Amino acid sequence: MASGITRDEVAHLARLARLAVSEDELELFAGQLDVILQSVSRIQQVAAADIPPTSHAVPLTNVLRADEVRPSLPRHSVLAAAPAAEDDRFRVPRILDEEA
Amino acid sequence: MTSLTDLNATELGEAVATGETSAVEVAQAHLDRISAVDGKLGAFLHIDADGALATAKEVDDRIAAGEKLGPLAGVPLALKDVIVTEGIPTTCGSRILEGWIPPYDATIVRRMRDAGIVILGKTNMDEFAMGSSTENSGYHPAHNPWDITRIPGGSSGGSSAAVSGYEAPLAIGTDTGGSIRQPAAVTGVVGHKPTYGGVSRYGLIAFSSSLDQAGPLARTVLDAALLHEVIGGHDPCDSTSIDAAVPALAEAARAGAAADLKGVRVGVVRELSGEGYQRGVLDAFESTVDLLRELGAEVVEVSCPHFDYALPAYYLIAPSECSSNLARFDAMRYGLRAGDDGAHGLEEVMSLTREAGFGPEVKRRIILGTYALSSGYYDAYYGQAQKVRTLISQDFAAAYERADVLVSPTTPFVAFKLGERTADPMAMYINDLCTLPASLSGVPAISVPCGLSTTDSDVPLPVGLQVMAPALADERCYRVAAAVEAALNARRGHPFMSDAPALEGAK
Repeated sequence: MASGITRDEVAHLARLARLAVSEDELELFAGQLDVILQSVSRIQQVAAADIPPTSHAVPLTNVLRADEVRPSLPRHSVLAAAPAAEDDRFRVPRILDEEA
Repeated sequence: MTSLTDLNATELGEAVATGETSAVEVAQAHLDRISAVDGKLGAFLHIDADGALATAKEVDDRIAAGEKLGPLAGVPLALKDVIVTEGIPTTCGSRILEGWIPPYDATIVRRMRDAGIVILGKTNMDEFAMGSSTENSGYHPAHNPWDITRIPGGSSGGSSAAVSGYEAPLAIGTDTGGSIRQPAAVTGVVGHKPTYGGVSRYGLIAFSSSLDQAGPLARTVLDAALLHEVIGGHDPCDSTSIDAAVPALAEAARAGAAADLKGVRVGVVRELSGEGYQRGVLDAFESTVDLLRELGAEVVEVSCPHFDYALPAYYLIAPSECSSNLARFDAMRYGLRAGDDGAHGLEEVMSLTREAGFGPEVKRRIILGTYALSSGYYDAYYGQAQKVRTLISQDFAAAYERADVLVSPTTPFVAFKLGERTADPMAMYINDLCTLPASLSGVPAISVPCGLSTTDSDVPLPVGLQVMAPALADERCYRVAAAVEAALNARRGHPFMSDAPALEGAK
């Protein structure tokens, strides 16, 4: 598979990742990411079609806990760290854009 | 007369327990040292003098009341700022969390408090633990006490600088691809990455969840083992935590220092040396392998061919997991919020906040991870990296049939100058060459000082030996590292760190 990443692709990925990157950053990142991708593309040389993937170093089984009510953090101590709070809730900007 | 800051953790714990000195005096001596030298080292992002002295006073009161406390009660510690602390600012080295005061303690913080360990403050780090030099800190770089124009490693560079600079005898670091071992190696201290799942991640701000692991840094192997015993063990709050007893690590360290290595099979990994490694690093490593033979170890060469692909595998897996983990910094519940002026909608506020709050390396990795996980590329990049991860574990399994531990240099080169590698991400990533395989396979690995290099720099700089062991066999790392440490101390006539230059205007 060909590696290489264009400036437009970087802009698209930044949008997906909710990063408002500047023009200068786009220029810089496109060049750097291209070099990094070319280097990591080496991984495709490894013949691994029959090899199972490892997602975790130590095999995991799902861990369940008893369905018991336990105290949670007090509301005031959680909201104390919020950038904006109102009526005991997180205050957030409008969710729907005009164009939506 | 020796000052309190010259003593190691074991000695300080004994002095406090016997009443020879008080925990308050010990804490104050280290706070004074921080005031004197941290302007040069930049190891701390936050110093909690009041909290440290209050904890120390509590330890003194408990001892006065006849309570029997653990071996590290009253011993000061520097805590990497990736670990959350109730009531104490936690930034993860990022502007996006500037001023954040967590509402809870990480499990390892609770355990250290219970053990009477005195937390002095939070240490500097590469932003969100992404980096190998601490130059990616959102605040300021940290400096290497052996030569302050050089990097102290990363991402736990504040922790390594604090221990190497005698600001604290103990520190907590975290290791995702080498971030405990590499900083320990380049500053001449001991650092251990535990078996994945051996230490709770509850309250460790996640970067790459399948790799992140907290562990100890110290000036001696025994001190690191004692701290590991305090923080290790099962935690129901972390579902990846291993439900097994912590091995007897301090006992292993004491045994290693007291005896030879007869019957221990040591594998030298062929792929982790040679081209690209500095001459001074290879010289120190090779003479340490000779030392292992002199100590009675049976040295064999092992080949782990897929280790050559650890670097690309890591730089696909870690950014992929980071792009997902860092989505939580969305400007809604904690941290920075930018552009919330009534005109911008939620998604715009998120984007503007992340643009303002994240530094360039974090942005690069989020974009790279988003790319590697996108449909059409997933199989070729992320999926393939996960398969290579399996092959690396198979290489380890084969090697451990012939050897009890594996050794290599911890890093391909000694501490480099600040600014030397910042413009080229790949030149920075290559720092992790030797540490990545153990990270990807989840096995434990320690770095212990094994010599000084004078061939690659104008000043002598530390070289680290990496000792890797099979999963859950952390005690082997401590045993072999302690044997090397003791033999080198005996040969030299003094501890490794005694060769470090005094920081001007201090000591």
